[in-house]
Amino acid sequence: MKLHTPLGDEILSLHAGDSVFLSGTLYTARDEAHLRMMEEGIPFDPKGAAIYHCGPVIQDNRVIAAGPTTSARMNPLSGFLLDRGVRCLIGKGGMSKEVSASLRGRAVYLAFTGGCAALAASHMKLSGVFYPDLGMAEAVWVIEVIDLPLVVGIDADGGDLFSDVDRRARIRFEAWRARSHGHE
Amino acid sequence: MHASEEQTLKKAVSDATLACIHEAEVFLPSDVKAAIEAAYEAETDSVARGELDNIRANIREAERLDIPLCQDTGIIVIYLTVPHNLSITESELKDAVYDGLRRATNSVPLRPNAVDPITRKNSGDNTGEAIPPIHMREGPELTITVLPKGAGSENVSRIGMLLPSQPEEIPSFIAETVLLAGGRPCPPIVVGVGIGGTFDLAAALAKEALLLPIDSMDPFEAGICDAINELGIGPMGLGGKTTALAVKVKKAHCHTASLPVAVNIQCWACRRATRTVVV
Repeated sequence: MKLHTPLGDEILSLHAGDSVFLSGTLYTARDEAHLRMMEEGIPFDPKGAAIYHCGPVIQDNRVIAAGPTTSARMNPLSGFLLDRGVRCLIGKGGMSKEVSASLRGRAVYLAFTGGCAALAASHMKLSGVFYPDLGMAEAVWVIEVIDLPLVVGIDADGGDLFSDVDRRARIRFEAWRARSHGHE
Repeated sequence: MHASEEQTLKKAVSDATLACIHEAEVFLPSDVKAAIEAAYEAETDSVARGELDNIRANIREAERLDIPLCQDTGIIVIYLTVPHNLSITESELKDAVYDGLRRATNSVPLRPNAVDPITRKNSGDNTGEAIPPIHMREGPELTITVLPKGAGSENVSRIGMLLPSQPEEIPSFIAETVLLAGGRPCPPIVVGVGIGGTFDLAAALAKEALLLPIDSMDPFEAGICDAINELGIGPMGLGGKTTALAVKVKKAHCHTASLPVAVNIQCWACRRATRTVVV
């Protein structure tokens, strides 16, 4: 499915595991940018916006490398964005049950393949920056993106692919441990 | 040797360090690429196939555009073999390596990642107190090997001081480390294991194991790798057949009352490169 920002109710029909292609505008934000936005307000229109958990390499006003960072660090920092109308968080590794609950009925978490910084950059064009004083990794970069390939990690109905996989892995680990110890 | 010849050698070491870092950051070794291809061919889950296909496309794009595979260009871990009759001192050799790293930070480019552990102040050039780590040993030739190590996978690595009477717990400890890591280290991972030695030597062996080619495993390594892949964590923790591309083990003798086991996890971008410097 193709998506374009600003995002609306079309995202509510997505299911965990669906693959999507996102075009439009992304705002990068890591720990420091979240804290600044909580303090000073969001410097862009958050309605229907997509936030990308990413600390890119930027050189000569170009996106050189821009893979996702670990989203879990933003678990306690994301609620205010969703309350202000952000429709999509993008990153790697999944997010907490609390975030999943606050996505319900209004937003989704999309996963981009970790480490794929060169691939990401080939879909991106830099169009602006907020908070450049935070430094390259922590600033909010405004990036235009075309058809970025993503997977729905957490949907707006509470479906969470990461936690499903984790639960199954724990059961399989215990079964393997019992089996291998049984052979002694 | 004349002063000018020493200058030439220092320059050659700096150049080789720069070339090594550039190669490691942009081009994945052929055995790692082959392992990712094999994982893609074997995968049947559509989400996992999509993730592996993104990784394949990313490898191609990095090579085509001559840019780093990942924006986390890592802490650059360095291994040197040094002939015994080298004309420059150990500290001159280290300075030349540092110089190559600083140049690479500008030219590859690398993200400046080295910070003070408490103040978090960034040095700006990927060097700092005791960083980069440089491991030296004597060898017939002067060689430089670099291993750029990202934080996502480093942060989920573990060391355990197991009971000497329970060697059968070793595979469990390794697989449990991978289970607890889940999708965070960017699987499919390479698992470096150090067994034995002392507390610190086990960790050093685990990291050195990440330099071994991953196109073959012994039965012990293969058994643990199979157990890990049975967990189904899959690429990026989204589920799938391949969680680990390989498990590689290095051993050392240890105290009769100890059994240290270190597990150093590496992301799918198992970056490494080696250059020989003609002395």
